[in-house]
Amino acid sequence: MDLSAINPILLIAAMIAASTPILLAAIGELVVERAGVLNLGVEGMMITGAVCGFIITVNTGSPTVGFIAAAVGGAVLSLLFAFLTQVALANQVASGLALTLFGLGLSALMGQSYVGIKPPRTEATPLGPLADIPVIGPIVFGHDMIVYLGLAIVAATWATLKFTRVGLVLRAVGENHDAAHALGYKVKRIRTAAIFFGGACAGLGGAYISLIRVPQWTEGMTAGVGWIALALVVFASWKPWRVLLGAYLFGGITQLQLNLQGAGVAIPVEYLAMSPYIVTIIVLVILSSDKSRAPGSLGRTFHASG
Amino acid sequence: MTTPLLSLSGLTKAYPGVVANDTVSFEIGVGEIHALLGENGAGKSTLVKMIYGLVKPDSGLMKMHGDDFAPVDPRAARAAGVGMVFQHFSLFDALSVAENIALGMEAPPPMATLASRISEVSENYGLPLSPDRTVGDLSAGERQRVEIIRCLLQDPKLLIMDEPTSVLTPQEVDILFETLRKLKAEGTAILYISHKLEEIRALCDAATILRGGKNVGTCVPRDTSAREMAELMVGSTLATPKGAAHATGDVMLSVTGLSAASPSAFGMALKDISFEVQAGEVLGIGGVAGNGQDELLGVLSGELPCIPGMVQFQGRDLSGIGPEERRGLGVLAAPEERLGHAAAPDMSLTENAMLTGMAREKLSKGGMLNWARARDFAERIIADFDVRTPGPHNAARSLSGGNLQKFVIGREVLQRPEVLVVNQPTWGVDAAAAASIRQALLDLAAGGTALVIISQDLDELMEISDRFAALNEGRLSAPVPTAGLDVEQIGLMLGGAHGMEVAHV
Repeated sequence: MDLSAINPILLIAAMIAASTPILLAAIGELVVERAGVLNLGVEGMMITGAVCGFIITVNTGSPTVGFIAAAVGGAVLSLLFAFLTQVALANQVASGLALTLFGLGLSALMGQSYVGIKPPRTEATPLGPLADIPVIGPIVFGHDMIVYLGLAIVAATWATLKFTRVGLVLRAVGENHDAAHALGYKVKRIRTAAIFFGGACAGLGGAYISLIRVPQWTEGMTAGVGWIALALVVFASWKPWRVLLGAYLFGGITQLQLNLQGAGVAIPVEYLAMSPYIVTIIVLVILSSDKSRAPGSLGRTFHASG
Repeated sequence: MTTPLLSLSGLTKAYPGVVANDTVSFEIGVGEIHALLGENGAGKSTLVKMIYGLVKPDSGLMKMHGDDFAPVDPRAARAAGVGMVFQHFSLFDALSVAENIALGMEAPPPMATLASRISEVSENYGLPLSPDRTVGDLSAGERQRVEIIRCLLQDPKLLIMDEPTSVLTPQEVDILFETLRKLKAEGTAILYISHKLEEIRALCDAATILRGGKNVGTCVPRDTSAREMAELMVGSTLATPKGAAHATGDVMLSVTGLSAASPSAFGMALKDISFEVQAGEVLGIGGVAGNGQDELLGVLSGELPCIPGMVQFQGRDLSGIGPEERRGLGVLAAPEERLGHAAAPDMSLTENAMLTGMAREKLSKGGMLNWARARDFAERIIADFDVRTPGPHNAARSLSGGNLQKFVIGREVLQRPEVLVVNQPTWGVDAAAAASIRQALLDLAAGGTALVIISQDLDELMEISDRFAALNEGRLSAPVPTAGLDVEQIGLMLGGAHGMEVAHV
């Protein structure tokens, strides 16, 4: 066992990066669920974003264009879900599961000729002298743009939900869609917009895996991150900052246990591998013991009547 | 003659299979409290939804202050000065009072300003309400205040109120009426929908009566008796329920020293309740909701467990016997909450008839369900109790509140129970239907059934029960004969059941 092989500064930096895909997918799903829609298709939208981002980046050579394509890809797929649940009034659980299966199959088809290719590298954000500060520099200022974008989305989501009228209307639609309709709000339109946003975030999260974390394309490479993101939203009691905490905990401990495995710690690999799930769930369950609860209309289909 | 605030002429709206409103015309003047009367399904809700922009009329014209008025959505209606307080509150439980109010406004001021305006308005109109409380924690009366203040902040010219008093305590009703009179004095017109005819007589200046979607007449409520108005609504003379019930002396149900905890955190525990009901007798239990009514019904129906010996049917201990077995014995119950407790909302009327009628109506044999018999049973309920629905295949949810009430009461009555316990038998039901439900209950008693009627409607209890007891904070006063009981005595009993016992010693 050689713990000295672990560089704490690099480890913390890697922990933040490891958390980003979950964070992006979870914050998107949080907005969707606060609008009262349960989209179980996060995994499918992530893998679609992953393959779209990968293909466009390889062909254009620009990761920025690739990430935009990933967001668009995830969002377009989410529109299929929006059509099924908001227009055709299909069951949300079944539609979400179908979306995941569809996304996995579609991405495998699209990515067939891209297996084994290495995408262009995504550079760290040029923050100049800030990145040269000892310790803090590499941890806080040495990341690529998407890490900061993820944090910005969390902050913006929190502020929007709490302080703006758009956020209030979105929460109202999720809390009681019949009452929102009676007041004259366009329930379906608002929900479709939320689903679209959730799809874009999931797509970004997926592309972060295929372009930065791994970086290459393999079938089914999101490997359940979408499901973790879904669970995280629930355990975080639908609160943005708790989603951030949960994502960092999960991503951080995943990274830590990989490092520990590499260092040859005398704990069976299976225990290390399960540790992120256990720790994240315990912490968030303790946090969610206050009286916060799910949005009132979550998962219920809205029929406009009368 | 001055221009009326709102005039409706020839409004028509048809849904598949039913004409909800057929060329309805009337006028509402400035500062007038105008009542809209009609039976369940007479088209009152559709009419106000058209005024509030939720439904578009097929034909007809609305004018406000003489100008054309055709709101495309509720926002347009609000902008034109129409406010509406809904029957089922359109509030958001998880949000605060101020947030709920902001959602109903076109251009809400910043939260701090809004909060102070809410406090201001609530003080002006005598409606105490704190802006930062979560709506989910408020009582029914307080929730209604949120809706009213939401409307008042927009300075409405016309306020529509759909059965505002059905969920309020008498004290809360008084506060509401004060507020409405103050609004009227300020020139706001109010369109008031209610089944409670005495309230309308006390409050309203004019009334329009709908029957089958048509305007069948107008009257001045002050000069018209409640009975005349009810007959206008029904279109025929109204029979006062007549009882030929006589207690036979055989004790059917006896409750001794019943104490039981409430299953809900907000419920009321039952404390040392004792009473007996004889065959052919009607025991009325009065009291404001939330004083143990739901718990008492739960214990009697078998949903809540109780200690052996506390509840007996014909001398047989009922503890440990569940609702289904009790139904087999003939002990039936109809709870207050129609959707979700008395009926499964998304199941058809046939299925709902099957759910409680299985044992007594022999709707199943050897574990197999006999759907044909269940459908016949449902059709019999629909015919006997005049339930307005296209047929027994319709979901319980699709019925209006009053019609579903007729169905769930009819379902139990037609099973010829030995003992029937009913909570709020005529809640939200129009005068004619209420009279027929009461008559059915009295007929049942005449046939030898022991009845326990739990209700908040004291007039109803005085009319049909032989003995009366008050439920207050989980305690039941000693039952006294109804004949000769006056309002003052009842008030005393409701004020505190145990105090009454002391007074008798």
